[in-house]
Amino acid sequence: MQIPIEYYLILSAFMFSVGVVGVLTRRNAIVVFMCVELMLNSANLTLITYSSYLGDTVGQLFVFFVMAVAAAEAAVGLAIIIAIFRNKLTINIDEINILKW
Amino acid sequence: MFENTQQFLDMLPIIIIGAGILISTTIEMYSEKSEAVLPWFSVFIFSAAAFYSLVYADKQSIILQNMLSTGGITNIFYFIFNIGAAIVCLLSLDYTKKYGMNYGEYYILIQASVLGMMFMAGAKDLFMIFLGLEIMSVSFYVLAGVNRKKEKAIEGALKYFLLGAFATGFLVYGIALIYGSAQSTSIEVITAGFTSLTGNILFVAGVLLFLIGFSFKIAAFPFHMWVPDVYQGSPTTVSGLFSTAGKAAAFSAIIATLAALFNSSPDNIFSPYLSVLALFSMLFGSIVAIAQSNIKRMLAYSSISHAGYMLIGLAAGSFDGTAGVIFYLTVYTFMNLAAFGIVALIEGENETNLELDSYSGLGNRNPVLAALLSICMFSLAGIPPMAGFFGKYYVFIAAIKSDLIWLAIVGIFSSVISVYFYLRVVVLMYFKDSEFEKVPAKSFSGFLGVTISILLIIALGIFPGSLLDLITSYL
Repeated sequence: MQIPIEYYLILSAFMFSVGVVGVLTRRNAIVVFMCVELMLNSANLTLITYSSYLGDTVGQLFVFFVMAVAAAEAAVGLAIIIAIFRNKLTINIDEINILKW
Repeated sequence: MFENTQQFLDMLPIIIIGAGILISTTIEMYSEKSEAVLPWFSVFIFSAAAFYSLVYADKQSIILQNMLSTGGITNIFYFIFNIGAAIVCLLSLDYTKKYGMNYGEYYILIQASVLGMMFMAGAKDLFMIFLGLEIMSVSFYVLAGVNRKKEKAIEGALKYFLLGAFATGFLVYGIALIYGSAQSTSIEVITAGFTSLTGNILFVAGVLLFLIGFSFKIAAFPFHMWVPDVYQGSPTTVSGLFSTAGKAAAFSAIIATLAALFNSSPDNIFSPYLSVLALFSMLFGSIVAIAQSNIKRMLAYSSISHAGYMLIGLAAGSFDGTAGVIFYLTVYTFMNLAAFGIVALIEGENETNLELDSYSGLGNRNPVLAALLSICMFSLAGIPPMAGFFGKYYVFIAAIKSDLIWLAIVGIFSSVISVYFYLRVVVLMYFKDSEFEKVPAKSFSGFLGVTISILLIIALGIFPGSLLDLITSYL
C-alpha cells in the first residue's frame, strides 16, 4: 500500500513549523542555527516527496544543492559563533546586545 | 562548435569574474603584496565585466540549457553590480587600512558575492536563483564580520547570519512548494501555467514564502530588524555594498521570477500583499530614521524606506512599474554608495565621527566633501533636478497608471517626511559651527570612488530618459 502524499507534506510542514518556532523562541545561537537546519530539512523532505510522486529527478537534484549550501552556511556560521564567543564568552543572543535589535 | 563559442561569449562577464576569483585566490596564496595588488585587480575585472555587459547588452539569448539568460535587462543588472562593486573596492582601499583589516580575502569575497548576484540577475530557473542567492549571502556573512576583533562587527555578522539563514529556510520551502505544484523549477514553465496554478493553495503559499524569503534580503518592513544593526556594525564600505548591490540583486531575482508572472495575468493576485509591504516599509523607514543620531543607522532606515518605494513599482505589476524599479535601483545604487563612501571617508579610527553632530561645520572644514554629500542627500530625498527624483517619479507614475493612486500618495507623503532627516545633515554641515577641528584624512582612491558615483548621479539626473528608454526597450 502506498502512503498518501499528504502524510509526507503534513510531516514536513510540521517540521518546518517546529523550526520556525524554535528560531523565534530559543536563545542559544547554536540551537537557533539547528532550528534553521530543521527548516531546510523539511524543505528537502518536501522536494523528495514531490520528486518521487511526480517521477521527476529535479527535486532530488535540488536536495543535493540544498545540502551543499547548508554545509557551507554551517561552516561560516559556526566560525562567526566561535568569533563571538572569543569576544564575549557567551553565545546567548539575549546577551549579545551592544547594538539594539 | 560555433554554438559553444557563442555561449562562451554571451556569458563572458560571468567567466571574467569567475576566473578573477581563481586568479585572486592564487595571488593571495603566493604573493606577499597581495593586499596592494588585489584591490586594483578587482577594480580592473569589475570594470571589464561592466563595460563588456553594457556594450553587448542588445545581444539577448538563453544559454546553458534554459538556466541563464544573457543580454538585455540582465546585462544592465550586471553593469550595476560590477560598477557598484568596483566603487566599493576603491572606497575600501584606505578604509581597511584605517581599521587594520587590510586582508586580501576581503576583495575575493566581494568578487564572490558579485558572482552570486550575477547568477540571480540572469536566472531562468529556481536552481540559479537559490545558488546565486546563497553564494552572495554566504560571502556577505563573512564580509559583515571581516573585522573579527571588533565586538560590534562580529555581533552584526551573527545577526545577519542567523536571520539570513532563517530567510533561506523560507525561500527553500517556498521553492519546494512551487516545484511540487508547478512540477518544474523552470521559470518559463511556471509562468506558462500561472493562471491555472493560482487556484492551487500550495502554489500560492509557495510564492508567498518565496517572497518572504526575499523580503529579508531587500530589507522590507516586517523583516527589516537586522538592517540597522548590520549596517551599523559592519565596516562602512561593506554596508554600502549590502545596501546597494545586495538589494539590487535581490530585486533582480524578484523581477526575473515574478515580473513575468505579474505581466502575464490580468489580475495580479500578489499586488495587495506587495502594496501593504511597500506602504509599511516607506512609512516605518522614514519615520524611524528621524529619531536616529548615528548616520549609519539613519542610512539603514532610509534604505528600508527606499525598498518600499521600489516595491511600489513591483506592486503596480506593469512594464512601466518594472522599468521604474530598475531605473530606481540604478540611481539608488550610485547615490547610496556615494553617501556611504563619504561617511567612510569622514569616519575616524575606531568608530569616531559617526554621529550626526560630527558633521556640523563640515562646510567650512572640507567644502568639497560637504558639497558632494549635499548632492547625495538632495538626490536621496528626491529633490527635483536630481536623479533620485526621477526614480521616485517613474514608480509613482506606474502606480497611478495601475490604479494604485493611494499608494502613490502615501509614497509622496513619505518622501516629504524623509526630506526632514536628509536635509538635517545639510543644515548641520553649513549652518552650524563645528566643535571638532578634525579634518578627515586624505584618501585619493576613496575620493575617486565617490566622485564617479556623484558624476553618474548627475548624468542620470540630466538624462534620465536615455537609461529609461534603454530599459524599456529590453523589457
